Amino acid sequence: MFPADFDYVVPRSVDEAVAMLVHYGDDAKVLAGGQSLIPMMKLRIASPRVLIDVNGIAELAGLRRDGDRLVLGALCRHADVAASPLVREHLPLMHDAAQLTADVQVRNRGTVAGSLAHADPAGDWPAALLALDTHVTVAGPDGTRTVPLAAFLVDAYTTQLGANELITQVAVGIPPGRTGGAYAKFERRAGDFAVASAGVQVTLDEAGRCAAVAISCGAVAPSPFRARAAEAMLAGQALSEDLLAQAEHAVRDEASPFADTRGSVEYKRHLAGVLVRRACVAALARARGERVDTLHL
Amino acid sequence: MTHSVRITVNGEAYEGDVEPRALLVQFLREQLGLTGTHVGCVVGECGACSVLVDGVLVKSCLMLAVQANGREVTTIEGLRRGGRPHPVQEAFVNGFALQCGFCTPGFVMAAHALLARNPNPTEEEIRRDLSSNLCMCTGYVQIVEAVKSVGSDPGTGRHRGQTPERGDSTP
Repeated sequence: MFPADFDYVVPRSVDEAVAMLVHYGDDAKVLAGGQSLIPMMKLRIASPRVLIDVNGIAELAGLRRDGDRLVLGALCRHADVAASPLVREHLPLMHDAAQLTADVQVRNRGTVAGSLAHADPAGDWPAALLALDTHVTVAGPDGTRTVPLAAFLVDAYTTQLGANELITQVAVGIPPGRTGGAYAKFERRAGDFAVASAGVQVTLDEAGRCAAVAISCGAVAPSPFRARAAEAMLAGQALSEDLLAQAEHAVRDEASPFADTRGSVEYKRHLAGVLVRRACVAALARARGERVDTLHL
Repeated sequence: MTHSVRITVNGEAYEGDVEPRALLVQFLREQLGLTGTHVGCVVGECGACSVLVDGVLVKSCLMLAVQANGREVTTIEGLRRGGRPHPVQEAFVNGFALQCGFCTPGFVMAAHALLARNPNPTEEEIRRDLSSNLCMCTGYVQIVEAVKSVGSDPGTGRHRGQTPERGDSTP
């Protein structure tokens, strides 16, 4: 199984990559990790005439702290996130997601930015990063622009990214103290796409009540979404078992999954609620300074 | 249009021309004749084609050969040291960790990469890490046991999976 024939070009800078995108337009695709693109090309779901391999652009590599933000270059691999002590300390939700994405080999190559650009409805990064203060920066012929992730993600496999634009970085706000986060995922077998997934980020006030909460759901709608009704139930409250149970039910109603080989509509709605509740419990424990390992479900 | 590449494979530099759409696994098998790296699913599901690129475990069916230009690739053929099998290979043989053997090169490369990162993994860590590779004979128990047996022996510092030297009294 081989991709259709294509030309291969290697830009050395973001400017050069953008110039190539402008030149080739819709005929070109950007190759970063290639862990979704290459299989799609082999299956002939995608047949770009030109691949622009950005792996040699040094300025896009790695992750770093920039003030109150964690900045992931467009070439930051899943494994880079999983191995980062900075991520583990400040953004455990991302540590969870990095560990639960695909398998070792794919994590070594695949990129976070690529996952956002691909926007698979069951992908881990779109869902996980939606629960955080995430902004995507893209470079195009008119310079760079930065958009909140919620606006960047338009629909299933559809983003705001123009044919002549390249993601350069993904920035995530480092949360204040008394904040905890968790990402929970249910998969049919290890390394698979999610049947359902949930991200929860909670900040507690001095009295231990919920000062702020963000809940995201993946794989249970055409695109990952924020569970606003459940968030509204929890905000400002002491997070009791009863309240978490109510939020779990609210999430089931907010989900709009379709039936496929991974499960029925009812099953996925149920799972979405369960995963939100489990992620809430883990996020709360972490906000209180307790250690919780990534939830392998 | 073909591209000239220079790829170091198992310590030897190879120069050649590749089509952009040639996968790394095709380059290894068809241009270099290194058929130890197997092609299973070809879509990144099975892990049979796992190799190291600059020491990092990747699926060679999910990487273009042209992307390996200037890099160092290690395949199953490159694990032998001093004419003898690698300790992971010996552990697989000694532990009957293969049936048909098709998935074995990928499992050995994945286990080698795991042990390089984490010399004494727990059973859960082995199982989670090797979930990237599929064995259609489903001989997973022996595979996990074999990898466990390779962890370094704190007494001798030697790989437990290594066959004793001639005259070595270690059982």
